[in-house]
Amino acid sequence: MKRRRVAVWLLFLGSLHLIMICAGFFAPYDPAEQDREHPFSPPMVIHFVDAAEHFHLRPFAYPLKPSAIAVDSFEADTTHPVPVHFFVSGARYKLLGILPLRTHLFGGDRGRVYLFGTDGYGRDILSRILYGGQISLFAGLLATGLALFFGTSIGCCAGYFGGWTDDILMRGAELCLALPWLYLMLGLRAFLPLSVSPVGAFFLIVAVVGTLGWARPARLIRGVVMSAKERDFVRAARGFGASPIYLIWRHVLPETWSVILTQAAVLAPLYVLAEVTLSFLGLGVPEPAPSWGNLLSSLQHYSVLVSYWWMYLPAVAMVPFFIGYLGLASSLQEWADPAKIDA
Amino acid sequence: MRYLARRLLHAIVLLLGASLLAFFFTALAPGSYVDEMRMNPQISADSIAALKAQYNLDKPVPTRYAMWLRSALHGNLGFSFAYDVPVGPLLLIRARNTLVLTITATLLAWVIALPLGIWSAERSGRWPDRVITWITGTLLVIPDIALALGFLELAVRSGWFPTGGMVSVGFNSMGLAEKLKDLGAHMVLPVSVLVLGAQPLLIRHVRAAMQEEFGKGYVRAAEAHGISKKRILWRYALPGAANPLISLFGFSLGALLSGSLLVEIVTSWPGLGPRLLEAILARDLYVVTGGILISTVCLVGGNFVADVMLYWADPRIRKNETAP
Repeated sequence: MKRRRVAVWLLFLGSLHLIMICAGFFAPYDPAEQDREHPFSPPMVIHFVDAAEHFHLRPFAYPLKPSAIAVDSFEADTTHPVPVHFFVSGARYKLLGILPLRTHLFGGDRGRVYLFGTDGYGRDILSRILYGGQISLFAGLLATGLALFFGTSIGCCAGYFGGWTDDILMRGAELCLALPWLYLMLGLRAFLPLSVSPVGAFFLIVAVVGTLGWARPARLIRGVVMSAKERDFVRAARGFGASPIYLIWRHVLPETWSVILTQAAVLAPLYVLAEVTLSFLGLGVPEPAPSWGNLLSSLQHYSVLVSYWWMYLPAVAMVPFFIGYLGLASSLQEWADPAKIDA
Repeated sequence: MRYLARRLLHAIVLLLGASLLAFFFTALAPGSYVDEMRMNPQISADSIAALKAQYNLDKPVPTRYAMWLRSALHGNLGFSFAYDVPVGPLLLIRARNTLVLTITATLLAWVIALPLGIWSAERSGRWPDRVITWITGTLLVIPDIALALGFLELAVRSGWFPTGGMVSVGFNSMGLAEKLKDLGAHMVLPVSVLVLGAQPLLIRHVRAAMQEEFGKGYVRAAEAHGISKKRILWRYALPGAANPLISLFGFSLGALLSGSLLVEIVTSWPGLGPRLLEAILARDLYVVTGGILISTVCLVGGNFVADVMLYWADPRIRKNETAP
């Protein structure tokens, strides 16, 4: 039962991530492609019934033309419907970074379809959310991996060797936890170069977030290791002359798995948010590369904030991921520690 | 008292460590404010060297740390390149604003979370608990940035409360009551974002702590003796749960202090956050170091307050002290 819940959450998260991995296929356009005729175009509605009340099996959208009444707004042009086709050929992309393809899930043949609207340069928001998700999510996940790697190694050392090693490492962890996390992150970011390429920025963020995140998992894993190393089979192995490295690898580490997995599910959304925050503040992934953070940063402008509600959509796109991670974390916790479930 | 002395020493050591960390982060940074002047052909190499000497940038890092520490003890925290004044006064006013915001938000968040958490624990599994769990779950998955931006838009559109800044233009000519009212109106936006953002964490932990306490044998025994629910809560369960709750208080202060950085920037509250961001972009390193240090002082100070409260609330700590 508990296993099944973990599996359901994993499946949910897995399919969400699969969509992001195959962003090129699901996104109708290239994320950097600009349509200067349609800046801040609102999301288009997909219709089945046209203006003359005729039903069409093929969905279609009405293209937008500049409004005759108001400046800076658009109205639907009902005379030239754009049928939506599936599996159309469009902009080139590389699936998984290797497979060159041109097929997209959908697209309009006589005009462009903006399901989520466009930004100030006329770039398709849906495509930018999908490609941006690749960057934000993988920055978060890589940072989680890095933090867990550091946390596990340090936690194992501290817990296994004890004594002054433990003292020094745990004081260090306390120090890292004592500093306010966002301030520390900005501070560490401050000492790295400011203007970097998108790829460089990506790895910078991963490094900053990953190296700062070791303290919390390290403390938890230290606790598990301390109790694991006093187990009889571990003591027996030590009595037979097993080396510390063998003991940790063979007997102690397997005990920490459930903590590591739970921590991964807890930390991943936090670190995705860290990337979003850094990019939102202009210290992360720079334009024109999309990331969830820099997609939202245009909302810092007053006029965008009040006029174009669809610029919030990147934030909405994060919500299902966070739901998935939270659900996974709590189901993992229940699975690992049945005593703690509420009645 | 020994306990408090030990905690105080711990706090000081922590602060020293933090200052070391913050200083070396910034000192090892590639390129300083002065270095960027090299790009300007109008400034000769000689004057750049002179500037470096003036700011002691030509000295080795440990010497600079010692000098900076001495300056910190005098309340200066080094020198801002961009503003050409000592960092201390530059940041202290901002730190005060951040503290006004954070402390108000922390207190308000607790005033809301504590009763809700207790209520939820008392009616565990029934509809109040379910509703609260749903609400906290929803708040948990909304990103902080979206919450802040959403509130900002609400404020801008509806005009219910002012946006941006801390006070209105004619603040200095107002009477005390008017001043407080004006300040309060400006705080509505950032404080409500912070309070809402902190609710899921607080309510869940309060609920868990109270539930554990309610499940203990002595509470059941008290119930069996016919002691009223109110008395059980105030006299037995709450003092019993004081220890985890007070620890949570220190933690929530840190979370809110950290969260206020973003909220301040989004709502243009003149706190530490906007200044820190500006200093990072200008490579004004001592301001960055000072900003991190001051925020750490606030946090460590808050945790020390929590320790003092714990000492006052938990007799076990006082007892252990006298025992050998």
